[in-house]
Amino acid sequence: MVAFLLAKALGPSNVWALSMPYSASSADSREDAQKISHILGIQFLSIEITPMIDSYFELFPNLSNLRRGNKMARERMSILYDHSHDLKALVIGTSNKTELLLGYGTQYGDMASGINPIGDLYKTQVWQLAEHLGVPEEVVKKSPSADLWAGQTDEGELGFTYRDVDRLLYYMVDERYSLEELKEAGFDPDFVAKIYKRMRDSQYKRRLPLIAKISQRTIDRDFRYARDWGK
Amino acid sequence: MKHQIALAQVYPKLGDLDANFQMFREKIRIAINQKAELIVFPELGLTGYFLRDMVSSVALKTRSKMFKELLNLSQKISICFGFVEETDSVEFFNSAAYLEKGELVHLHRKVYLPTYGMFDEQRYFSCGKAIRSFQTRFGKIAILICEDLWHPTSVQIAVQDGAQWILSLSSSPGRGVGKGDHLYSTQMWEAMNRFYAGLYGVYQVYVNRAGVEEGVNFWGGSEVINPKGQVMAKAPYFEEDLLKVELDEGEVRRSRVMSPLIRDENLDLVIYELTRIRNESTGSQSKPRRKSSRSIPQRRNSKNRI
Repeated sequence: MVAFLLAKALGPSNVWALSMPYSASSADSREDAQKISHILGIQFLSIEITPMIDSYFELFPNLSNLRRGNKMARERMSILYDHSHDLKALVIGTSNKTELLLGYGTQYGDMASGINPIGDLYKTQVWQLAEHLGVPEEVVKKSPSADLWAGQTDEGELGFTYRDVDRLLYYMVDERYSLEELKEAGFDPDFVAKIYKRMRDSQYKRRLPLIAKISQRTIDRDFRYARDWGK
Repeated sequence: MKHQIALAQVYPKLGDLDANFQMFREKIRIAINQKAELIVFPELGLTGYFLRDMVSSVALKTRSKMFKELLNLSQKISICFGFVEETDSVEFFNSAAYLEKGELVHLHRKVYLPTYGMFDEQRYFSCGKAIRSFQTRFGKIAILICEDLWHPTSVQIAVQDGAQWILSLSSSPGRGVGKGDHLYSTQMWEAMNRFYAGLYGVYQVYVNRAGVEEGVNFWGGSEVINPKGQVMAKAPYFEEDLLKVELDEGEVRRSRVMSPLIRDENLDLVIYELTRIRNESTGSQSKPRRKSSRSIPQRRNSKNRI
């Protein structure tokens, strides 16, 4: 969906899609990436991360799925930023508002980017926009997955559906309903408490690294400029 | 008469009302055991300082359950503390309450809300519109909150209104190194505290908080300066403390007999000149403002009465 947006906004010749499969990545993921690049006429590169990842996993053979997934996400980030320099192109983020609020992403992995065009759209809205932009139906209808291991799906891992959590997040975050008011509105209090905690506990992931204040002007606290400073 | 007071240099948990309320109760219990007659907590001591979007969720109405529990505790010890106040019209104030014998004796709403540098208070809070002294069992007292004291006129008004003690509640972030032995913020506050106490013949009771929020430290160093400008007691820098101090009513009297500066203040001259200056001030207008008989004194805002 983000590729569709970019092709439209920047022109296909200014967009590069990097597919970075691991040996366990599904064939579907690889094919879909290539197919969409072809439809849009954007440039396509495929870089296998299997050699780098496997040599690391040899050093640490008993890593949990979480650590393996994080390592792959950060490997991809590392490759993206290397190509960002080479192509003089910005890394575009694809974390949506649901993932960001739930902290469902790898810090400095898939959460790292220069610009994120969809960070203020819930997953439900991403689906709607994807349909509007003409993303192939089979891609929109696929179960959302980080595809870090076989059979992984977001909703399976999270334990709830995006549609359910988006409805709750909309009232909790956008409409600022209190926990009490959410209960009155018919949301299950346990679900509300769980999501609220998840959101609160992942706040660190949505902030810049903490700087200990010492001087009169501390970066990002009382040294405040726009990114477009002087441009 | 001599009075025992306790300065609660606390480290509140950011946005955790229940935990901070328990902490308040514990400090109050200890202060009562130590025979203190008044305990003073810092600015936003019940909530923490950098609340941002948490302001509305930690705000208290003065008829709330938590407030009533503190009123009950004030049967045994007078309590002054900083909190987020919510009004019925859904305005939020950075306020301080003075509770005594089960009554809400006074509510001060921070007048000057810093919104520059590292501060964002006007984004979240409404400005208070009054500075008043009020009668307590210790005599007349005024409350000022942090930035209020960076405007000397606040102290001037409080003193002219009869205050003999200034309860100064602060959440002062430590910042600025390289000049002198202390942080810039510490040096400025300590200079102001000594200056105000000595010049106005009041007890300056400065209660700052300790701890860290989001990489910002609060430097503590709470202190009581007597009307001669001398340090009566000083809490440690950066760490939590409960500092007990004895205040002597006679000190205020003796200092004012020696230097009758408050008696000699020419209020008519001050009012006349400030009115003239305000009327002549062009601001963004090209012509001086029309003289208006109702522009000074400012109408009392009924919302500030309690």
